[in-house]
Amino acid sequence: MTIEDVKNILGARVIWGAEYMDREVYTACGSDMMSDVLAFVKDHSVLLTGLCNPQVIRTAEMMDIVCVIFVRGKIPDESIIALAMEKEIPILTTGHRMFSACGMLYENGLHGGAPYND
Amino acid sequence: MKMDFMGVHHIMTDRITLNYEVSAEDFTRAGEASSDVKKKLKQMGVEPSTITKVAIAMYEGEINMVIHAQGGQINVVISPDEVLMKLADRGPGINDIEKAMEAGFSTAPDNIRALGFGAGMGLPNMKKYSDEMQIETEIGKGTTVTMKVFLS
Repeated sequence: MTIEDVKNILGARVIWGAEYMDREVYTACGSDMMSDVLAFVKDHSVLLTGLCNPQVIRTAEMMDIVCVIFVRGKIPDESIIALAMEKEIPILTTGHRMFSACGMLYENGLHGGAPYND
Repeated sequence: MKMDFMGVHHIMTDRITLNYEVSAEDFTRAGEASSDVKKKLKQMGVEPSTITKVAIAMYEGEINMVIHAQGGQINVVISPDEVLMKLADRGPGINDIEKAMEAGFSTAPDNIRALGFGAGMGLPNMKKYSDEMQIETEIGKGTTVTMKVFLS
């Protein structure tokens, strides 16, 4: 699916990056802990998070995340939006809680990566 | 955290040295050095999965310098066959390296967890994404982490 599809499924609002809505999305990842996000390499993934600070965008940058979605109605501040613009990472916000938002995407065919194997 | 870019030195045409000063004053700027290295590797046409390895390993290290230490210096040498990262902090040192390497073990306070770090994955992630890693630490003096990622 595309970021546009993700946006429609979650009834999300685009905070920045409307011109990137046709980017392809293969997987999704939901976490408030950035080190957990960094633990698994992702391919064309969106990041759902309730954490709202610039390190979310930095983490997304390092992982080549295609889009960041803030859950529970979180609105990023100007510094976060400015960094997202600089890194060309679109950001959305949805009123849904983390579990619901992940569930809605999963139900529509967007899955996470392989399970953890030590 | 404050990060001052200290310049690029072309020692030979095939070898690049990058130096960064990382200070722990502004958490929001943590990661700027890693971001710069990632950008340079991309410009050099390094394979994307290798860039990801360098970016994650160095970013976790840079975050560690900000949350556990009082900042320090990062020295990166990019040569044709490897990326060498040396992160030297002025922090308290690591008491038990073996324990610190365990996934999930963290000494980070709650305010750091609230920022999305301190899950005890920093050093394990650095080890996971680098091809070689070495830690030298001295209590009260600081810690130097050296990591290598091979370029295929």
